[in-house]
Order: sequence, then C-alpha cells, then structure tokens
Amino acid sequence: MLLYAVKRLLYVLPVALGVSIVCFLLVHLAPGDPLTSILPIDATAQQQQEMRIAYGFDKPLPLQYGIWLWKVLHGDLGRSIATGRPVAIEVANAVGNSLILASIATLIGFGFGTFFGFVAGYFRNSLLDRLASVISILGVSVPNYWLGMVMVIVFSALLGWLPSTGAGPNGSAHWRPDLEHLRFILLPALTMSAIPMGIISRTVRALVADILDQDFVQALRAKGMREGAVFRHVVRNAAPTALAVMGLQLGYLLGGSILIETVFAWPGTGFLLNTAIFQRDLPLLQGTILVLAFFFVALNLIVDVLQSALDPRIQRG
Amino acid sequence: MSGAIVEVNDLTVDFRAGRGTIRAVCGVDLSLQPGETVALLGESGSGKSVTLRAMMRLLPKSSRIGGRVRVDDRDVLALSAAELTAYRGRTVSMIFQDPGLAFDPVYRVGDQIAETVIRHEGCSRAAARQRGLELFERVRIPSPGRRLDNFPHEMSGGMRQRAMIALALACRPKVLLADEPTTALDATVQIQVLLLLRELQREFGLAIVFVTHDIGVAVEIADRIAVMYAGRIVESGSCAAVINTASHPYTKGLLASRGHARMGKNDRLKAIPGSPPDLSAPPPGCAFGPRCESFVESCADQVPPSVAIEVGHEARCIRLLA
Ligand SMILES: Nc1ncnc2c1ncn2[C@@H]1O[C@H](COP(=O)(O)OP(=O)(O)O)[C@@H](O)[C@H]1O
Ligand SMILES: [Mg+2]
Repeated sequence: MLLYAVKRLLYVLPVALGVSIVCFLLVHLAPGDPLTSILPIDATAQQQQEMRIAYGFDKPLPLQYGIWLWKVLHGDLGRSIATGRPVAIEVANAVGNSLILASIATLIGFGFGTFFGFVAGYFRNSLLDRLASVISILGVSVPNYWLGMVMVIVFSALLGWLPSTGAGPNGSAHWRPDLEHLRFILLPALTMSAIPMGIISRTVRALVADILDQDFVQALRAKGMREGAVFRHVVRNAAPTALAVMGLQLGYLLGGSILIETVFAWPGTGFLLNTAIFQRDLPLLQGTILVLAFFFVALNLIVDVLQSALDPRIQRG
Repeated sequence: MSGAIVEVNDLTVDFRAGRGTIRAVCGVDLSLQPGETVALLGESGSGKSVTLRAMMRLLPKSSRIGGRVRVDDRDVLALSAAELTAYRGRTVSMIFQDPGLAFDPVYRVGDQIAETVIRHEGCSRAAARQRGLELFERVRIPSPGRRLDNFPHEMSGGMRQRAMIALALACRPKVLLADEPTTALDATVQIQVLLLLRELQREFGLAIVFVTHDIGVAVEIADRIAVMYAGRIVESGSCAAVINTASHPYTKGLLASRGHARMGKNDRLKAIPGSPPDLSAPPPGCAFGPRCESFVESCADQVPPSVAIEVGHEARCIRLLA
C-alpha cells in the first residue's frame, strides 16, 4: 500500500513537469503580444524593446522557461501586469474563494440531493418520486450560467432579497463566515449545487430503492423494528456510496467554474482566469493555469490512493 | 378449537397486479396449539410464503388481506401500526430461507440481536448483549462471544441460520414462522438445524408454522402437515395420516415424485405433469383439475369442499364425497 503510494507519487513528477511546459508554452504560443495591452498605443520601438527586456521576453524560450520554472519552484509566480500585485497572492486568494464556494455548493447539493433521493426511493413511482426526478434531471441538464442569470433576476432584481455579485459588501474580495458574506455566497452556491444535487439525488434514489428491496429490510420489520429504526439501517447502508459520490462531486467543483464565477463576479479561480484572459495578463494567466493544473494532478493522486486504501479489491501495483 | 395460540380462518390475500388481481391465498384455515408444529407443504408459488407474511402483515401495500387471523388472543388484522410492531418479533418471530440476506450486512450480528431485545424489552445495552451471548450458546455457536462481533459475511451459512434462530427467539416469542429455513443449506447442516429447532421448540413451548416444499423435512419436523396448492389447503392431517393414507391426488403426486428407501435401481420417480395454474385466471372448480390423473368433468363445477376422512384428516376432492 505504502509502496503503491510512493510509486504513484513518483509518477506525478514527469506529469507535473509536462504540465508546467504546456502551461508555459500555451501562453507564448497564443497569438498577440502581451505587451501591447499595457503599452500606450503610440509607444516607440525603443520603449517596446525596453519593456521586453524588463519582462525577460527578449531571451530565448528555453531560457525563459528555465527562469520561470526556477521562480515557480520558489513560490514566485511573477507579478500581475494589470495590478502589479504578486500572482501567487492573487491566485491563493482566488483558490480560497473557489474552495469556499465549492464546499458550500456541495453541502447544499448533498443536503437536497439526499433528501430528494430518499423521498423518491421510499415512495417509488409516486407523484413525489416523479417530482423529485424532474427536479434532479433539471438540475443536471439546465445550463449553469442560465440558471445563475435566472437566480439573479428572481432573487436580486425582482425580489431584492440577495445581492447578485461579489463575495461580500463593499467589493470585499475575501470571504468571511459571517451573515453578511453568507448572503453573497448564497446565489452562486445554489446555482453551483444544481448538478451535484441532481447526481446525488439520482444515486441515492437508486441506492435506497435497491436497499429497500433487500430481504434484510423485511427481516427488520419482521422483528418489530419501527420505521425510524429501519430508516437508520437504510441510511447506514446507503452512506458509503453516497459519500463517495459527494466527494467526487466536490472534486469536480473545486476547480472553480468560469461561467458561474463570471455571472456572479465571484472572485475565484474561474473569475481570475477570465480576467487574465481578457486583460492579456500573461503572468497571471500562466500562474492560474499552473495552479489549477497541479490541483487536478493532486486530486487524481489523492482519489487513486484513497480508493486503493478503502477498497481492498482494487489491486494496483 | 379453544386454547389455540394461532387461529386462521378463511384467509385470503389479493395482489393488485396491472389491471387485474391475483388471489395468492384463497380461504386458508389453520389452527395451532401451543407447542405444536404444522408444516405447510407445496410447490413453489402455491402461496406458502404469502400465508406466513399475512400472519405478520408483512405484505406490500398492493395487497389486501381478508379473513381472520388470531394469534395469542389478538386480532392481528385489526392491530394499529404501533401495536403491530410490538407484536412482530415479540409474540411472533420469523426466520427466512436465506440467512445470508436476512441480516443487515453492515451491522454486527450481535448488535442486530441486541437492537431487537432493546426494542421490545427496553433493557440496557449490556443486558441485551448478555442475552445475545446466552442465545448463541443455546443454539451452539462455538466461541459465542467472538461470534457476536462478526459481520454476517464472516459466518458460514449454517452458523448464520443458527444466529437467525437466536435472533428470532431473542424475545421469547410464542409462535415461530419459518419460511423454508433449511432449503439453502447443505444436507448435513440442514439436519442439524432441524434437530436444533425441534429441541428449542420443546424447551420454549413454541408453536411453529414450518414452510417447506420437501416432504421429508416436513415429516422430520412437524406434528401435522397441511398441503397447499394454488392458494388453498387441499389436504391436512397428522404426518402419519397424510403420508400413509394420502387422499388428495396432489398429495399422492408429491409422494410419488419423491424417492424412498425401498426403491430399486429401475424404479422411476414420477413428476406431476404440467405446472401450477396462473393465479390471475385460475381454472374453474378444483385448481388441480387440469393436472389431475383422475379428472372428471364435475371437478370443474365447483371448488371441492373439505371432506373429513377421519378425525383431524381432511382433503378437498369431490371423489371423496362418494
Ligand atoms: N408482492 C407480490 N405481488 C404480486 N404477487 C405476488 C407477490 N408476492 C407473491 N405473489 C404471488 O403469490 C404467489 C404465491 O407466492 P409465494 O407465497 O411466495 O409462493 P411460495 O409457496 O413459493 O412461498 C406467487 O405465485 C405470486 O404470483
Ligand atoms: Mg416461498
């Protein structure tokens, strides 16, 4: 097991190196000169040249990559061209905000998803079941950003209950666990929870239906257990799979969502990426992509190792 | 009959299926004295399990139970939901065909016994565990203390069935309903479990309704045999009477389809031809008619009444009327 974990960790190294090269090249291969966006339109050739030297764009690519990588390994992702702040700090803030949003969205999705799933599984083929099915299918299939805009129109514009954009009052870019900030996270989190809610509710419905059909449930009733106690047994049987699916959904959401974060101007990684692209903020773009890419590499690693640790039938060597 | 612990009269069970209904049980009468064992014998699909489940009202909502079920002087069909859960497992217990499926796979067997004791007797966890330990010793599970902490999949089939019996007897019920409890077991284990059940029955004074499709098992365990066909009891009587003077053609068919000790190498087993009727559209009159060797036209006229052959031995066949 430990051997497997170490081996798996070693596999990550070449993958990480490849990821960093792709990140670096992507930005350099993209059309357009990053300097044009910050230089005045009538800048002279000499000004351009000075700027190029200042940012190190005059050196050959491999050397640029080497320097960049060396700095990255020391936690230096450069400075944002647009704001002048260190990219590492910008990205760290954004990652924190995306994490909060994803966690709350997953919790909401899990809460509603298990509720609908249990109701549908317990009252199979009833009106309630159909209703729960419709809700969960809508959750999975309605485009996120469209749902987000509908939420904004209904809850912000029409009802005026909740703020529509930002992470907190007065353009706060840091989320804090207080009531005021909670109001800001509610709409994006609800929007983001639609897909996990749908998937978890379908999973739980199938699980519950399957469990209720098993003989041991009849046996529980036959020995006089009340419905509450039977329910406890059903929950205990459904929990491992439901939690695994929840973990998977959390993983998907953690990377942030460009569309949802853009609709709600939520200062997470997706929003940051969007900003960096439109402002041609090269160091910021590079840094964000790199962090996100490493995040998914790490996520895969964790899932792989956890799975083989939890399930002895998964043999890997 | 007075003093009976179980009294079932004219029990019917209907299932809604699609647009029609299926009458799975049709006018069953059954009466047990305390400490008595009755075997319900019949092919699969004859309504044995449904009869048992009806006595515990353990049937899905798509079913309707008619008739009268009295157990321990209680009208079972009139019990409220709360009274019903108090009745199940306390007055009447059930054991199942496949003990591997009858335990919750994610709870320890000892905890599943303890939760039953706590539910019915409200005792402490420690007392409930102590009860489990005594029961495991009683059903002769080796190293009972360790076995209580097993998950169901860590036990063999025979041991699981012993554990199931321990669970069923945990709250000292008066009636045990056994639904083919030995069918899934190896022959040697099967005999051990039957002997254990007989022993426990004497000790606890249990009345047992034992469902089986195996005449040999029925003779082994039961005082009386009730033969079921298509939802009806077609013959009932003491083991000796039913075996030695089988009166219904179906019972005779069952006996002939079974080997016996004096069989020679060239004797053939005789299977009953045909298959049980479709319960949503049963044949008129005697349901066994279409498969019966001695079928006559008047068999299809009416459901044959119960005819007493001798005291306590009855069968439903019009040829006995003559
Ligand atoms: N839940 C149900 N819904 C509809 N029909 C059922 C149901 N359970 C049993 N039946 C019907 O009742 C008949 C008798 O079943 P059962 O009592 O299980 O037979 P067995 O004698 O093998 O135990 C079956 O043929 C089946 O058609
Ligand atoms: Mg059965």
